[in-house]
Amino acid sequence: MQALTNRAQAVNRAPMTFWERIYLVNIFKGMLITFSHIFKKKPTIQYPEQKRPFSPVFRGLHVLNRDEQGRERCTACGLCAVACPAEAITMEAAERLPGEENLYREEKYAARYEINMLRCIFCGLCEEACPKDAIYLSETFAPANFNRSTFIYSKKDLLIPNPVTEPEAYAKAKGLN
Amino acid sequence: MLNTISFEAIKTAVQQWLNMHWGPHLAFIAECILIGLLVIVFFAVLGLLLVFMERKVSAVMQIRLGPNRVGPKGWLQTSADTLKLMLKEGLTPDGADKFLFNLAPFLIMIAAMLIMVPIAFARNFQIWDINIGVLYISSIASISVIAILMAGWSSNNKYALLGAMRSGAQIISYELSAGVAVITMVMLTQSLSIQDIILSQQNGWWIFKGHIPAIIAFIIFMIAATAETNRAPFDLAEAESELTAGFHTEYSGMKFALFFLAEYINVFIVCAVAAILFFGGWMPFHIGNWEGFNHIMDYIPSSIWFLGKTFCLIFLIMWFRWTFPRLRIDQLLNLEWKYLLPISLANLLLMTIIVVLKWYL
Repeated sequence: MQALTNRAQAVNRAPMTFWERIYLVNIFKGMLITFSHIFKKKPTIQYPEQKRPFSPVFRGLHVLNRDEQGRERCTACGLCAVACPAEAITMEAAERLPGEENLYREEKYAARYEINMLRCIFCGLCEEACPKDAIYLSETFAPANFNRSTFIYSKKDLLIPNPVTEPEAYAKAKGLN
Repeated sequence: MLNTISFEAIKTAVQQWLNMHWGPHLAFIAECILIGLLVIVFFAVLGLLLVFMERKVSAVMQIRLGPNRVGPKGWLQTSADTLKLMLKEGLTPDGADKFLFNLAPFLIMIAAMLIMVPIAFARNFQIWDINIGVLYISSIASISVIAILMAGWSSNNKYALLGAMRSGAQIISYELSAGVAVITMVMLTQSLSIQDIILSQQNGWWIFKGHIPAIIAFIIFMIAATAETNRAPFDLAEAESELTAGFHTEYSGMKFALFFLAEYINVFIVCAVAAILFFGGWMPFHIGNWEGFNHIMDYIPSSIWFLGKTFCLIFLIMWFRWTFPRLRIDQLLNLEWKYLLPISLANLLLMTIIVVLKWYL
């Protein structure tokens, strides 16, 4: 029979020879293997100081985006909540009042926008569903906490800093500097 | 010779000072207390060092880094562990035989401490040079099995009892071949005193002078020593995957730490005995008539020679542990009774012939 890969090896069922049964040679070989490990390069990554870079498509914590004038992009259409397979997203819509044009881009906005990070499976379907590019998944992940209620992220946790009033924080959140 | 700050010089200086100021009787008592304190401090330091060494050796053999966070390069890791163990509660189970349960860890430590007596740490630096030194070591070493059985029995726990019974079977059977290997070397020196054994290796260590029987005796002694100290591949007494922790399953806190410490102290002791019997203890490495080379070797302090040899052997035993899988109990006893014991007896006969015919140097 032809082997599928060149890694295949036939099982050797020959009875052990005297040298194999006496076992000393193999003990010595085994000890050489572990000794050679001493000089091998250690693949350990020293975590807090040294971090492995995430892949460009990494899906981490959500961010609610603003446009370049610092207005919230979200219009509370609910498409993300519909798309969410884990049903982690809740929102309440509100109508923009006169004088709030510098805060919200469209006439309707999300007064309350919550994501339960314990339910979220970080699939990124909300990001794909959003017609306004208002939500995207960043490259950070939810830090550990003692309390379940802290894992329900509200707007103040999710919104990106305003690029007009806090340009430095915005640049930091975007990872620009 | 650099004898100005050797252990021998310190010892004589302290002895003279005490005798001069306190008189012989008080000086003797003071010396006993001093030696006791020294042994305890030595044990503590050795325990910390050996546990750290074990963790580092296991790490590099598994291509890991090992402890490297606590203190510089992780050196304080074991101290932190000890602190943690001290703060933990030393629980005594309800069904346990309380007296024996609490006695066992101390008994195992006392047995380990007693073996320290005839071991020579440097030139003329020995607690007591008994004329039956080697016999004394092998007889005291078998006391530790009583402590292990005591711990296993009094815990009132099936795992502890199984581990203790295995350990008893194992230590008693491997003591035979270890003893025969020791006798093989005693044949050469014709003395049981540690001092005499070391001095007889002035012109070459027995592993070189003793021909093939000495090498076979060394290999058998190392295998038997690994088994006697209950270390992998012969760690059936604690066999984590089968018996949770074997005889010390029920122990916690400092009482557990004493068992742990005793294991490492025993490793140190068997390696020290092997270094004394086969590698000349504190005797420097000399090659025949190379005066210059021998002179340079003499400049290295004798304590460094002794500890260096011992730690190389300890590394060997740790190397065994992180290479081989555990034996089954029947394989373990087969190895001893069917192979090691006949081989060591034949080896003893061979050595007898060599000694009788004066074939050694």
